[in-house]
Amino acid sequence: MTRDVDDLYHRIVLEHCKRPRNFRVPQHANRRACGDNPLCGDHIDVYVRLERGGIRDIGFAGVSCAIAKASASLMTEAMMGRDAASGRALLRKFEQMVRTSGIEPDPELGELHAFADVRDFPSRVQCALLAWDALRTVLQESPG
Amino acid sequence: MNTLYMEEMRSVAAETLVAEWRNEFPILRIRVRGKPLVYLDNAATTQKPRAVIDAVSRFYARDNANVHRGVHALSQRATDSFEAARARVQGFLHAAASDEIIFVRGATEAINLVAQSFARPLLVAGDEILVSAMEHHSNIVPWQQVCRQTGAVLKVVPIDEAGEFVFSEYECLLGARTRLVAVTHVSNALGSVTDIARITALAHARGVPVLVDGAQAIAHLPVDVRALDCDFYVFSGHKCFGPTGIGVLYGKRERLEAMPPWQAGGDMVRSVSFDATEYMPIPHRFEAGTPDISGAIGLGAALDFVSAIGLTAIAAHEQRLLDLASVGLERIPGIRIVGTAGRKASILSFVMDGVHAHDIGSILDRAGIAIRTGHHCAMPAMQHFGLSGGTARASFAFYNTLEEVERFVDGVRRVYEIFQ
Repeated sequence: MTRDVDDLYHRIVLEHCKRPRNFRVPQHANRRACGDNPLCGDHIDVYVRLERGGIRDIGFAGVSCAIAKASASLMTEAMMGRDAASGRALLRKFEQMVRTSGIEPDPELGELHAFADVRDFPSRVQCALLAWDALRTVLQESPG
Repeated sequence: MNTLYMEEMRSVAAETLVAEWRNEFPILRIRVRGKPLVYLDNAATTQKPRAVIDAVSRFYARDNANVHRGVHALSQRATDSFEAARARVQGFLHAAASDEIIFVRGATEAINLVAQSFARPLLVAGDEILVSAMEHHSNIVPWQQVCRQTGAVLKVVPIDEAGEFVFSEYECLLGARTRLVAVTHVSNALGSVTDIARITALAHARGVPVLVDGAQAIAHLPVDVRALDCDFYVFSGHKCFGPTGIGVLYGKRERLEAMPPWQAGGDMVRSVSFDATEYMPIPHRFEAGTPDISGAIGLGAALDFVSAIGLTAIAAHEQRLLDLASVGLERIPGIRIVGTAGRKASILSFVMDGVHAHDIGSILDRAGIAIRTGHHCAMPAMQHFGLSGGTARASFAFYNTLEEVERFVDGVRRVYEIFQ
């Protein structure tokens, strides 16, 4: 791979695009929310098994570009097991990272740093946030 | 002399010519993301030659005044330049008279004008308008709107697997209730060139008028509205090396004269009182308010520029670009070219197995190559090919070079390697 696409198509992004994690509908999922990008027709469904205010299981399905798919995959890994409040906090940090230039991403984001350069590609920010926007609606409904 | 040598000489001569044409476009010298710009989004908008930039700038520096009003010298100069631009458009389209040329904002506004001023008063419930399955949204939605307003019905002529207009279906759909046919000259999403003369002949045999969306044809094919025998022809200046915000509606005199004004205001009236207002004759009846004077003048300069090169030379060069790009892409595994009509303008739509069009577009952008990705405002055409995610589209203009095509093909090959 050449260097000039390293920033957007980071090794971790490509790896998750080719082998997405939790690319499935979890058993006993009790919440579903969809993220749509009418501009390109991309669509991701996020499924959550929410129990006692915590994310017991999470998965996703749909058709999307590499950025949206890898972002959804990494999101499910990072959200697994979190309670709603901590999930919402992570969501805020991720969104801040992909939307705001010139700030150091929060260390808690870990591998999600792979999306730090999306902020230099305004037309792709929506792709990186597709699954996260869907999850937000699930977590907003949930107390705790 | 052997033919290979002759071919080689012709090719060298052609490349020299392209370098000269290209040199007239200041923006083509810029670098994007550290690399020389390869601009292959000409179907979205074209770049502007110095002649156009200078014409607009000269107008504001030396001739700016309002048109059709003042007795002063500057107003006369502005009016003369504006009307001279109209005459240039007339010549470019081979229209019978310059008052058949109406300046509008673009192809979209021209279609809306015809929908509201020509179609709407004519239509009653159950009447039909025919469009094709490969229209741009701007040649679909204005008709849907007028159908809702009148109870008329929008009927769609299908396209085949190559992306060609299906004449057998068209002949079946042309019926007693058909009031208008609205069809594209060149498909923006597929590149297909439609046989307009055949479409108008069949429609006119049943007394049905035809509107042609020429937005994608105007920079690539010679257009003769009298030979095509269309009733209306529309295009946008910015897709033909002119400024944005200016476009053209051509209409046959008898059609335009029978139409009521679309927008009302100054410049389109002969006399106004609170009892009665008398409208100006065509074309001014359809040009309410101060027009885009500098835009029209810039468009005139653009058409002069294109005419000086010649559309035959342009079409020949663009065919070479299209052929080289098509052959190059077909060698890359997993590539499928969408739109394989027998006659195509220099538009190349494609998809890659397992790779989303946006990812192709972003990776090419990193290499300084500008293409369009998505549904190209032609969602029904995309649905026809089962492509909800749209396509990647490279569209060429006469200033593109064979070397740029090679860079584009190399870029697409790298996309394949990255996602392999």
